[in-house]
Amino acid sequence: MLELKNVNWTLPDGSVIIHNLSVTIPEGKLTVVTGPNGGGKTTLAKLLAGLVTPTSGQIYFDGKDITNLDVTERARMGISYGFQTPVRFKGLTVQGLLETAAGRFLSFDEICDLTGKVGLCTVDYIDRDVDASLSGGEIKRVEIASVLARGTRVSIFDEPEAGIDMWSFNGLVEVFKDLKQKGTTMMVISHQQRLLDIADEIIVLSAGELRDQGPKDEVMPGLLAGEIAGHCPVGRRETA
Amino acid sequence: MTIVPLNPIAEKMLSTVADFKGEFKGAYNIRQDTGCAGRRSTENIKILPHSEGKPGIEIHVAPGTKNESVYIPATVTRGNVNDLTYNDFYIGEGAQVVIVAGCGVHTDDGGEAKHNGVHRFFVGKGADVLYEEKHIGEGGGEGRRRIDPVSDIYLEEDARMTMDTVQLGGVDSTDRLTTASLKARSKLIVRERLLTTGSQVAKTRFDVVLEGDDSGCDLVSRSVARGQSRQEFLSRVVGKARCHGHSACDAIVDDQAVVTAAPQLDAFSPDAALVHEAAIGKIAGEQILKLRTLGLTEEEAEAKIVEGFLK
Repeated sequence: MLELKNVNWTLPDGSVIIHNLSVTIPEGKLTVVTGPNGGGKTTLAKLLAGLVTPTSGQIYFDGKDITNLDVTERARMGISYGFQTPVRFKGLTVQGLLETAAGRFLSFDEICDLTGKVGLCTVDYIDRDVDASLSGGEIKRVEIASVLARGTRVSIFDEPEAGIDMWSFNGLVEVFKDLKQKGTTMMVISHQQRLLDIADEIIVLSAGELRDQGPKDEVMPGLLAGEIAGHCPVGRRETA
Repeated sequence: MTIVPLNPIAEKMLSTVADFKGEFKGAYNIRQDTGCAGRRSTENIKILPHSEGKPGIEIHVAPGTKNESVYIPATVTRGNVNDLTYNDFYIGEGAQVVIVAGCGVHTDDGGEAKHNGVHRFFVGKGADVLYEEKHIGEGGGEGRRRIDPVSDIYLEEDARMTMDTVQLGGVDSTDRLTTASLKARSKLIVRERLLTTGSQVAKTRFDVVLEGDDSGCDLVSRSVARGQSRQEFLSRVVGKARCHGHSACDAIVDDQAVVTAAPQLDAFSPDAALVHEAAIGKIAGEQILKLRTLGLTEEEAEAKIVEGFLK
């Protein structure tokens, strides 16, 4: 489905953020990407969505090389990306943002459905500007709803749990389960055990390199052992 | 005042600036090329010639009037017209009224089309006024389109006035001056939106004096400056009592346009809380990026952001 082959991404000052990364996001599955802070997870998401271009290496979508396609082209191919830190707009309402995402007018019921899934009461939010008046948790939910509104084949979420209270988190888990059932290909960057629990696949990134990838049941034991030992996740490949 | 038939250019501009659909409901006065193209008073809203003999009208809203509207649009439909009008509004105690005061200037004969509206608002105790104003310029040729409104506002105790003003294109030059004096517990809210392109020039000045305890103002100007256009935002808020004053200038600047914001806050009381915010810059790159992840092109994203910003 989505595949990175020998991808490198280096900052202008020479700092290596992603190093020779080859990884596949399988179709119709929930892949959770985890690993220590600064390990390159958000950069991986941005590479897939086209927000950054690899210094070298290729990115494929359904076998087609999309390395040089820009953000808009990838969005139109069916790749959606929910920002880790959502962007605020003066004058753009929640309804306006969701309709922009959907590419069409949305009925009140449709907006209700979207905002309800992320735990927002539609009546209170439909006319609110997506600006500084929204709290961190509120804008994060709107961001997730904007990805849901697109209904694309691929959805990438960057730490969707950030700022979401524990009561709403249950609902969020249900949203991902629902998308999974509908066959949406998902890549979710997360450190949350409950999201790791519903993953099909887990990717562990550390220091810009792939430390592990595989079915949840195979990767989780190593992750938990690393946590208990208090070390960075070294992954099976290094310990094998 | 000369009675003139409504012409098609004026009618088209009226539909844009005052949502005219062949008639207005309630009281109205239509000004066209210094003449009068229609007037109607109602039981509670009387429109009369200016009592000091100046060109213009007086609008008297009876005390206690509820949920009524008055339309006073003005149009200039040809060049070499310099229209000056004095409109005085007397809003009775406790009245609630909407004033729609759009202005359109059109010239395509090479001459300048200019409208100067000098408005005074005497808002009685506890009255609540919503003032809506849209400005546009139309036509071709070398003739400049100018609109220079002056608004002097006097708010009595517990009165409230909201000014919602929009200028979205075609006006070559505008110089807007708003002054206000607020008594105890009265409130002035201003929402101004402005778009300038090409070599257009726009100047906005506010001079608000918060005289009474617990009076307050909230002046917010949002603008977009493109091309070689120039904008100037000057605001002065004076606090003479226990009051709250807030002014904000938020501008998106592009191309070779120039935006200047110069706030002034004068506190003559230790209990005056006065704040000014100004933010001038190009469209945030991350906003464009977010909309592109939703499938918009860069141009579509920019248009969407500007549309929302000036909404």
